[in-house]
Amino acid sequence: MEVIKVFGSLVKDSIDTITHGSKKYHLWMALLTFVMLVGMYCYSVQLEEGLSVTGMTDRVSWGLYISNFTFLVGVAAAAVMLVMPTYILKDIDFKQAVLIGEGLAVAALIMCLAFVVADMGGPSVLWHMLPGIGVFNFPNSMLTWDVIALNGYLLINITIPMYILFRHYQGKEAKSKVYIPGAFLSVFWAVGIHLVTAFLYQGLQAKPFWNNALLGPRFLASAFAAGPALIILVLAIIRTHTPFKIEDKTIKKIALVVTVAAQINLIMLVSELFKEFYAPTHHSESAYYLFFGLHGKNALMPWIWTAIPLNILATVLLTFHKLRNNFKVLFFACFILFVAIWIEKGFGLIVPGFIPGPYGKIAEYTPTGIEIGVTLGIWAMGAFIFTILARTAIGIEIGKLRYKKK
Amino acid sequence: MSDNNKKWFSLNLNFSKKQKSESDSCGCGKTAGGCNSGENNDLNQDDFIEAAVNASIGEERRKDGFEQVFDVKMDRRSAFKKLTASLMIGAGAVSTSCSMIAGEETKEKAQIDWEEQFKGNYKLMTDEEKQGTVDRLVRSYQMRTGKNISMSSKNAEEDVLFGYAFNISKCQGYMDCVNACVEENNQDRNSEMQYIRIHEMKDGKGFNFNESDDNYYHEVPAEGHFYMGTQCFHCDNPPCVEVCPVQATWREEDGLVVVDYDWCVGCRYCMAACPYDGRRFNWSKPEVPETEVNKNQHYLGNRMRKKGVMEKCTFCVQRSRSGQNPACVEACPTGARIFGNLLDPESTIRWVLENKKVFRLKEDLGTEPKFWYFMD
Repeated sequence: MEVIKVFGSLVKDSIDTITHGSKKYHLWMALLTFVMLVGMYCYSVQLEEGLSVTGMTDRVSWGLYISNFTFLVGVAAAAVMLVMPTYILKDIDFKQAVLIGEGLAVAALIMCLAFVVADMGGPSVLWHMLPGIGVFNFPNSMLTWDVIALNGYLLINITIPMYILFRHYQGKEAKSKVYIPGAFLSVFWAVGIHLVTAFLYQGLQAKPFWNNALLGPRFLASAFAAGPALIILVLAIIRTHTPFKIEDKTIKKIALVVTVAAQINLIMLVSELFKEFYAPTHHSESAYYLFFGLHGKNALMPWIWTAIPLNILATVLLTFHKLRNNFKVLFFACFILFVAIWIEKGFGLIVPGFIPGPYGKIAEYTPTGIEIGVTLGIWAMGAFIFTILARTAIGIEIGKLRYKKK
Repeated sequence: MSDNNKKWFSLNLNFSKKQKSESDSCGCGKTAGGCNSGENNDLNQDDFIEAAVNASIGEERRKDGFEQVFDVKMDRRSAFKKLTASLMIGAGAVSTSCSMIAGEETKEKAQIDWEEQFKGNYKLMTDEEKQGTVDRLVRSYQMRTGKNISMSSKNAEEDVLFGYAFNISKCQGYMDCVNACVEENNQDRNSEMQYIRIHEMKDGKGFNFNESDDNYYHEVPAEGHFYMGTQCFHCDNPPCVEVCPVQATWREEDGLVVVDYDWCVGCRYCMAACPYDGRRFNWSKPEVPETEVNKNQHYLGNRMRKKGVMEKCTFCVQRSRSGQNPACVEACPTGARIFGNLLDPESTIRWVLENKKVFRLKEDLGTEPKFWYFMD
């Protein structure tokens, strides 16, 4: 009963914390709420009219939603790059960042699920997927693997930080015996979610652009670059706007992770480009379309030619210690790396998979306003959730929130 | 509909009564209340039912598709009006199903909608359950439009495996097959959905799909071109079936790859997995003018679809399982299309496979299509 009472008090205190703050904080939350409302309106239009309000067609049947979903799975998986050193390798420097990383993973996962639901033609019959009352095509469908992987990872990433924060809230130390097994599991699970998500595409013999063995590893590399890059940016913001102390050392170590992952990602990109363009076959057409356009159609060229230079520039900046250790350069590099990988995973991966179509038809895809509205709404929701989680976590970690025995 | 072999949860609204009325087979198509049930009641009640049905479905009576009841364009005022009306009807349904006096039809409608919303996957249904859902859909259509349709739930027959052959030499690109298919299968007219694509190829280029045109508008046969049709190939090893997260699509015993439109969640993974462009999605609410609706339907075939679900060629399951050729075969003026039972040694399709040099598309993918091409 004591636990429930403490938990109730924690919820109350956390509501108290998230509803009070500086003017800037309120403005930020109001902005997010506004964007979420716009997104909800756009989604209601989509529910009413059907997915025809999006830019997707029978020719390009996945678009912005699935692109963002794919990218965000990577962001979520990236929390492992902080969890592993902190909990398993006992690197103290990561300790401050790890709760933030896990909060980010939770927000990213909720966004993933929201994007999948937004992409569904029949969200009202999603219960068909629930084991027990529905039919769950496991293990045949990779989508069912992904459902398990994402929800499991969400559960792990909610429970571990919750346990730790719950203990700290009562002024006690978290028992490592309790959370270490979970942390171990989450390390494997994180690799799992992104591999499984890659297999979702990789397993389709119908789409030669996706059906290559490098897709999974490349997903991991890009995820471990983009995710920690986002964490660095978030930590930078938290550092300047809250009393939560994050050492330079921590950020520098995460930057090293980003650097190595970005370098590996770039090597794999070169390998992929070599395969597609040295001896181009019929199966290289999607890549040709993506990079150079086919038959005068080249809607994706601006995207990919933005992503590649940003990617290279960021990797080069990060590679030189002198540049990386300069925080202004580091933050800039992280930002452009994040953008570059977002483009690569979306417009550079999902959309060209459908172009040209199974019989060579080139039908291009441009997202509509409604689609963009829903997407921004979901991003705003993610940011909103993360802000709430981070604010509570920081409150507890700096000792502002403490359980008071009455 | 027997209670004991259900594999999922369903609410039992006034069950014993319904069962009784179902056993009175009278041929009028109603699943509850028996023939003329409404007309024996007094006038006031009739009026009430009329008003209630009008309020809840109103102008949708003319349209089709189960979901239309739930998603119609409306402004806020009429939305509130309808919401209130349906709330009252809902409350009415609860009270009527408890009392034995009130509106039979209202009660029945509520029951049908409920059971349809929470029914299981057709693939896993027993024959009685299949018949049950078909009866409900027929009755629901009748109540909404006042028209009768016939819907079959006929299963695959034994020793039947359907196959298809396409004679490239004969096809002239008239597209009669496409039109016949659209009419037969009640495809959405607004988006001009078509299961069949006819590719116009240039002579001397071989089967070069990249340079072919599957969307031509000119007189055919065009000089220097030949034509090749594609549609769902009903693979024996269909990738689309594997990837479906809810088993809403599967291969039937007679080789047809079908979709349960009511079970599909609309994720479109099957569409990405199909190497043959065989699947179509209802991006908006499909609409067919009432006069053009083909009323000879099959649950797995040409019955009305709803928004946000997948559909595809079923080799006209409503026709092929009752011994007819698919509409495309029948409509083809050149005789380029051949359909039949692969397990029957006397069938034309077997003769073609044994005597012509046949090939299939993208055989390297291991999908084993049951759709062959050949030339004279």
